[in-house]
Amino acid sequence: MDLLTPELGLFFWTLVAFLAVFLILKKFAWKPILESLGEREKGIADSIATAERVRNEMSQLKAENEKLLVQAREERTAMLKEAKEMKDRIINEAKDQAKTEANKIIVDAQLQITQQKNAAITAVKNEIGSMAIEVAGRILRKQLNAAEGQEAYMKMLAEDIKLN
Amino acid sequence: MSCKRLLSLFILVFGLSGIVNSSFAQAAGKPENAPSEGAAPAHEEKKGINITELVFGHVSDSHEWHLFSLKKENGEEKPIAFPLPIIVYVQGQGLKVFSASHFEEWHKDADGKKISNEYEGLYIEKVMKEKILATDGSKVYDFSLTKNVLSMLIGVALLLWAMTSAAKKYKSKGAPKGFQNGLEVIIIFIRDEVAKPNLGHKYKRFMPLLLTIFFFIWINNLLGLLPGGANFTGNIAVTACLALIAFIVMMANSNKHFWGHLLNPPNVPFLVKCLLVLIEVMSLCIKPVALMIRLFANMLAGHIVILSVICLIFIFALLNVYVGGGFVIVSLAFSIFMFFLELLVAVIQAFIFANLTAVFIGQAIEGDHDHDHAELSESVMGH
Repeated sequence: MDLLTPELGLFFWTLVAFLAVFLILKKFAWKPILESLGEREKGIADSIATAERVRNEMSQLKAENEKLLVQAREERTAMLKEAKEMKDRIINEAKDQAKTEANKIIVDAQLQITQQKNAAITAVKNEIGSMAIEVAGRILRKQLNAAEGQEAYMKMLAEDIKLN
Repeated sequence: MSCKRLLSLFILVFGLSGIVNSSFAQAAGKPENAPSEGAAPAHEEKKGINITELVFGHVSDSHEWHLFSLKKENGEEKPIAFPLPIIVYVQGQGLKVFSASHFEEWHKDADGKKISNEYEGLYIEKVMKEKILATDGSKVYDFSLTKNVLSMLIGVALLLWAMTSAAKKYKSKGAPKGFQNGLEVIIIFIRDEVAKPNLGHKYKRFMPLLLTIFFFIWINNLLGLLPGGANFTGNIAVTACLALIAFIVMMANSNKHFWGHLLNPPNVPFLVKCLLVLIEVMSLCIKPVALMIRLFANMLAGHIVILSVICLIFIFALLNVYVGGGFVIVSLAFSIFMFFLELLVAVIQAFIFANLTAVFIGQAIEGDHDHDHAELSESVMGH
């Protein structure tokens, strides 16, 4: 059939025009369009990735902060506890020391008291002794002034010797 | 909005029917004037219309762009048409360039062919197509800027203008808008639905070709739908050219793997292999032919159907004026429907052509990666 035989002229012009259009559009249209489409898509993908990364980082930071907070709270509790313990210990130590000191003072005092008492007693005894000797001396002097007194005394001494 | 569109469509269809009308009148006028009628005994011609001539006159190429015909006072037809430049290479005589307006007188020869007057030893013979012949019988190569070529050039100019102006907008960074936005959707569609699935990671290389094929066919399909437009993409020379380009690209990019499987299919007995290679080679040749015929037949058929439906009005009008008048409504409704269908077909065929081109190229370049992989694993196992 006539319609099915291609015309050379039309074929030629189509070939020329198509190739021209292809080359022109390739350089001036498809390349810039496809490049900027690719760039834009890459930009969007990058932005999404960045947003995701930032979000992850944020949540990580938040988790870290919370961890730090918990840690700080624990530390505070520990410190408080330690401080309390130290306080108790110091107080107890002070009490103990005070008690020991007091005991020592008491013991010293008692010792001193005992010493003073003994000294006092000794002094009193010496006083009394010397007083008694003086009294006895005076009595003896008085009694021995008379002969009978000397005799009686000699007798009494003799009796003591006899008895012994 | 839709009302406005409908109105413009009506104008289109009426315009088209106007052209058909005038041609019909011309066709009807001719047989009465021509004495040698017996050689072309078409049924319709007896009643005054040669539907075949009319329809094929519209779908085939021409050396003038015919718009409509005026009826003069004396009943003679005066066609209103732009003559187009004729460029011919006549063997032995060299290149000749002149206007088609020099062929102005037509008569019918004994076989019912329309023959023009002679000019510079050349004349046009018109059966379904116009053919320029030399009176002395020497071979004529016709490179005229025919109606189809001119229509294509208009399409190409539109395409270049639209695409380069859209591409310029990309220089300024920012959100796409307007035409650029619509274009982007199509380009991304071609890239994601046509190129990537068929061509794999090498798709970028073939994107310009696929986009050019798609838009070239689409815009010319649409121009062909305009009233008075040329049937460019419904011409086998055009589709043959496009199919040939696709085939050449396919061959130029085919790899060893493709030819290896084609000419030496593995794990097949010898006799079956011979048969298989024969079939494979045939199918390889059929691929571009299928591309060519598909676009050609679809676009031609669409044009013929619309023209035929409109011609029905005049066939019925010849039987009875009132029947013809009544049939206007049916015919118009049907041709409007066909017009919408053709708008759809215009884009679908452009898409199919681009898609099949991608599929064929994909077949020619596929397996390259797997092949490398197999070789690699072999060498690894060898060590």
